[in-house]
Amino acid sequence: MPAVQETIDQVKAIDVSEYKYGFITDVEMEKPAKGLTEATVRYISARKNEPAWMLDWRLDAFRRWKTMTEPTWARVSYPEIDFQDIYYYAAPKMNGAPKSLDEVDPAILDAYKKLGIPLREQEILAGVEPQNRVAVDAVFDSVSVVTTFRAELAKAGVIFCSISDALQEHPELVRKYIGTVVPVTDNYYATLNSAVFTDGSFVFIPKGVRCPMELSTYFRINEKNTGQFERTLIIAEEGSYVSYLEGCTAPQRDENQLHAAVVELITMDNAEIKYSTVQNWYPGDANGKGGIYNFVTKRGDCRGKNSKISWTQVETGSAITWKYPSCILRGDGSRGEFYSIAVSNGMQQVDSGTKMIHLGKNTTSRIISKGISAGRSQNTYRGLVSAHRKATNARNFTNCDSLLIGNQCGAHTVPYIESKTSTATFEHEATTSKISEDQLFYCMQRGLSAEDATALIVNGFVKDVLQQLPMEFAVEAQKLISISLEGSVG
Amino acid sequence: MLDIRNLHVKIADEDKQILNGLTLKVHRGEVAAIMGPNGSGKSTLSYVIAGKPDYEVTDGEVLLDGVNILEMAPDARAAAGLFLAFQYPMEIPGVATMTFLKAAMNAQRKQRGQAELTTPDFIKRVNKAAELLGIPKDMLRRPLNVGFSGGEKKRMEILQMTLLEPKMSIMDETDSGLDIDALKIVAEGVNARRDPAHAFLVITHYQRLLDYIKPDTVHVMSRGQIVKTGGAELALELEANGYRDYQSAA
Repeated sequence: MPAVQETIDQVKAIDVSEYKYGFITDVEMEKPAKGLTEATVRYISARKNEPAWMLDWRLDAFRRWKTMTEPTWARVSYPEIDFQDIYYYAAPKMNGAPKSLDEVDPAILDAYKKLGIPLREQEILAGVEPQNRVAVDAVFDSVSVVTTFRAELAKAGVIFCSISDALQEHPELVRKYIGTVVPVTDNYYATLNSAVFTDGSFVFIPKGVRCPMELSTYFRINEKNTGQFERTLIIAEEGSYVSYLEGCTAPQRDENQLHAAVVELITMDNAEIKYSTVQNWYPGDANGKGGIYNFVTKRGDCRGKNSKISWTQVETGSAITWKYPSCILRGDGSRGEFYSIAVSNGMQQVDSGTKMIHLGKNTTSRIISKGISAGRSQNTYRGLVSAHRKATNARNFTNCDSLLIGNQCGAHTVPYIESKTSTATFEHEATTSKISEDQLFYCMQRGLSAEDATALIVNGFVKDVLQQLPMEFAVEAQKLISISLEGSVG
Repeated sequence: MLDIRNLHVKIADEDKQILNGLTLKVHRGEVAAIMGPNGSGKSTLSYVIAGKPDYEVTDGEVLLDGVNILEMAPDARAAAGLFLAFQYPMEIPGVATMTFLKAAMNAQRKQRGQAELTTPDFIKRVNKAAELLGIPKDMLRRPLNVGFSGGEKKRMEILQMTLLEPKMSIMDETDSGLDIDALKIVAEGVNARRDPAHAFLVITHYQRLLDYIKPDTVHVMSRGQIVKTGGAELALELEANGYRDYQSAA
């Protein structure tokens, strides 16, 4: 694992006293008034020129949302959110959708450049092997500003665009699949998202196609007091494969900002989706001021036989994380995987985990969760593994490890295991450990600094999960983890 | 090389005094042994020299080649050429032994202003040292010390000592938990590095190890002080008579 030394060097090279992505981009924005009413929902839908059925679907969600209450079962605490004090739509002002990058506000392009996200195809093409190319959908506040490599992907039959474009160009596909994995009334935040979602990515991989490049979406919240409600829908038809990555950052602001996304994945027979996330929303300052409230519903439906959905997440940001990427293992022989590293420092609160719902025969799932808590943070793993009556021979393996750094943080594990068939085999392993003074001293006696020793021990702890990430993300993730834990050893 | 003067040490946050004015010199090229009953402060001495944070030095100094190292962080002491072979080496899960070795070697080189080792150079050094100590290659790929037997852990300590090339090595009860074959291998690792430039402080409870590593001097420690100093024959005398004579000497 040569990346360890690299991480150490990178940590040293970066001024870690500040959140690296906290800058603000100055762009003229178009926003309706603050607050959420039926008019807001109609405004968003009209702004996107949506078909009537989409508006009806949103309005239905909005009416249902008004009857719901915020869930309180998660192990997180925060002041009540005033949903009327949020902007639900904020888009950079432009005349119509940009046809090419040249029409995008240079300030926005500059922002992505600062974030290290390549948007110019010709620049990406130069010197990059075709198999290493990554197509990017860049979402800035409420809108997708650009999606790269669309034409090249189209040649393979792959549709990769913003969900707004998909509603214009492929409304029948969106209508067929949206809300079929996460129903409108699934939970408070998902219902809110259904009413006011603004943009997100749409991916369709046709039968038998192996997507020729990695797809990715980069979410950026920029505007003050604005919520980001994105919606992502990925469909992999029979025998297809796609690997999708998402990244997220936000400016450093004193106010809390809401992010409530919904992601739906669908795999048909023998299809596979690999979904990776590196979440680095602004976590707030050391005293818990500011930061993103991240309430996200992610679910995959292994609808077809022998299909597979794999979630890998590296969570280092957000003031509050409430997120349970799940798999419904409906097709016989389908497989769900969840690999997670959740790092919390400062005053961060994480309540995250997964659900593996075994419905089909011979379905298998695997959960590897690594929680790292430092500072005064609280880190909870919450997971459900269940086997339906007909899920004969369902198998799950869960390994849930927590690592504590310092003595003011907390790690909690809340596993739910339900089996309605006697043929299911569920295994659960859990450990909680502390980076001991003895381990640190041992490493330091060999010449490593306290910082390098911590990075080395933490990297060892998360190794199984990092191995699941695509190469370039793994390096990025390793870097992030070290930076997030900066200052956690005295 | 190592000059310990009037060292007084207590456990931090407690009033318990462990070392009471310990004075000891180890010269360049010398192998010194410290023997003593349980609870005499032998391990504390090794930890304090290496800089473990749990202890408070209330008086005295520890000089390494004339420089007081008590104010230095443990990693700086390591880079200055001090090595401690632990009685209980730590396990580092998920970190391959090779990764750890490389990180440690390069960290020390960096502190000393030397260039990092190239990968081929590093591998060559490790293979050579591992062969000498009878350490199989698959052990180097496993996470450091995880699931290693007591003997394997001790051998790994000697491997690290060999690779890090310290000028002053302290062996804290390296013989405990070793069978006779492992003991011989460990002793060979030490003897191979015995020359006028290096010094060793071998802490042991039993005389057995000293059959294989012949000490130049033997110090008897009791109640936080050196109570007697002699040649190799002193170890044999202790073996015959036990520590009884020294328990009350301090």
